[in-house]
Amino acid sequence: MAASSRAQVLDLYRAMLRESKRFSSYNYRTYAVRRIRDAFRENKNVKDPVEIQTLVNKAKRDLEVIRRQ
Amino acid sequence: MGNPTPTPSSRSDPASPCAYLTSLAASVAQLYVSHGKRRGGRSRPDESLPDRREALPGAWGPGLQPLRKVGSASGTMLLRAAWRRAAVAVTAAPGPKPAAPTRGLRLRVGDHAPQSAVTADTTAAPEAGPVLRPLYMDVQATTPLDPRVLDAMLPYLINYYGNPHSRTHAYGWESEAAMERARQQVASLIGADPREIIFTSGATESNNIAIKGVARFYRSRKKHLITTQTEHKCVLDSCRSLEAEGFQVTYLPVQKSGIIDLKELEAAIQPDTSLVSVMTVNNEIGVKQPIAEIGQICSSRKVYFHTDAAQAVGKIPLNVNDMKIDLMSISGHKIYGPKGVGAIYIRRRPRVRVEALQSGGGQERGMRSGTVPTPLVVGLGAACEVAQQEMEYDHKRISKLAERLIQNIMKSLPDVVMNGDPEHHYPGCINLSFAYVEGESLLMALKDVALSSGSACTSASLEPSYVLRAIGTDEDLAHSSIRFGIGRFTTEEEVDYTVEKCIQHVKRLREMSPLWEMVQDGIDLKSIKWTQH
Repeated sequence: MAASSRAQVLDLYRAMLRESKRFSSYNYRTYAVRRIRDAFRENKNVKDPVEIQTLVNKAKRDLEVIRRQ
Repeated sequence: MGNPTPTPSSRSDPASPCAYLTSLAASVAQLYVSHGKRRGGRSRPDESLPDRREALPGAWGPGLQPLRKVGSASGTMLLRAAWRRAAVAVTAAPGPKPAAPTRGLRLRVGDHAPQSAVTADTTAAPEAGPVLRPLYMDVQATTPLDPRVLDAMLPYLINYYGNPHSRTHAYGWESEAAMERARQQVASLIGADPREIIFTSGATESNNIAIKGVARFYRSRKKHLITTQTEHKCVLDSCRSLEAEGFQVTYLPVQKSGIIDLKELEAAIQPDTSLVSVMTVNNEIGVKQPIAEIGQICSSRKVYFHTDAAQAVGKIPLNVNDMKIDLMSISGHKIYGPKGVGAIYIRRRPRVRVEALQSGGGQERGMRSGTVPTPLVVGLGAACEVAQQEMEYDHKRISKLAERLIQNIMKSLPDVVMNGDPEHHYPGCINLSFAYVEGESLLMALKDVALSSGSACTSASLEPSYVLRAIGTDEDLAHSSIRFGIGRFTTEEEVDYTVEKCIQHVKRLREMSPLWEMVQDGIDLKSIKWTQH
């Protein structure tokens, strides 16, 4: 499944960090960057592809949320 | 590219503020890289403005658009900074140079780092940037909206604006679906059934419904209520109004740690007690009451147990069935949700009967009439869901930051007391008393950190908080207490900055205090005989 490949996940991670830096409020900005980094780091050893896909979908939804802010 | 013509605001008025303005405008005009027409200010004919201050916004207005397209954020920031400096120059006493702005708001650590590098070399004055706001360390008073909550609320504020009680059209149906989904989210956070959640306008209303509603329903047989001395004002006030109706209320004292004595509670329960109300986490000192044990006692004695969990929901794990809670109050704006919404949990098995306070169309099972505000409850539901996901991460982080704050302050300053039990304590609410320092003056000195001494509800009065008095702190220590709140969005830099400023100002204030001098000399303050004048 292309969406859950390593490159895709890294692209998602970079996109999320890039979008998070656009928050105008200091607190939201630092929280978003920190939370995204910690969440990806925490899940880096997940092996089950179904779970990976769920996490990736959730991350994509969160990316949309950040984009809309 | 279709840029509108920039109208330079600079008129060639020889008065000094405007001379400054023209020079400013000239430097700003140099940023119009893409625009061919250079209309330098000085070449325009002399036009005196009726009121320079009013002309400024309009005059700068059209000029904003091209800059935004040219220089992105740095350009806008530069213009904003330029406008502010110009406004200062106009409104301040006329002089050749603007005074360095001494507004006292500190540059936030690590804030606007990329932009400040750009602005530094293109403007004359060193200070450039948007208005800086104090650090927010008062999360017990209220919390900022989580961006995910705002995102969930937006559709219901813009497009899906129907009344959830309209049964005849799609607007009503979709609002109702959203409301029910929010109810499910709130219920799953506390381990309840969605039918047991009633939406209200906040924890104050929930507390009123719980206490007055239960007491009045069982009025014929049970006339006694039990609560503690450290409850929130709305609980104490509800009890006081019930006393005026003929009920008896026992206000249990708390120990020095802030926790109630379970044996005293058992002794206080009478055969005609209908309700026990104890808050889960105190909003001023952060102590966690032993809710599970109290629930056990109450259910064995067949007394209803209400807890005001406004500060605890979403922060510590709560389960109404494990803890045998019959009624619980939830507040939206304490868990990164919107203000103006809350909920009450009313147990159905065994059924708790509550007399409705608000009469009307019978919404919310007849317990709380009135249109349910869909965007707000959707926000509350989203906040509860986010809190459930983030609870562990937040708790770990907040504990670490709280440890850091307390350790750093305690090791640099002597005579600092933490109010409240250090073990049964929610880490995000830290109440410290600095001896020989006046609390209000410390708060004013820490003007770039938003803190409070005591709860927001009681901060208008000058007397020390009743919670601190209930845990037995001395009058002078009660006056010098500050409450630090650490939340989901607090950063390490903010905590470090707060600690540093706190230490600095406490040392400074203690230097000025004659009591401190006497203590340093070894005099025992309690032995002093103050003379009467």
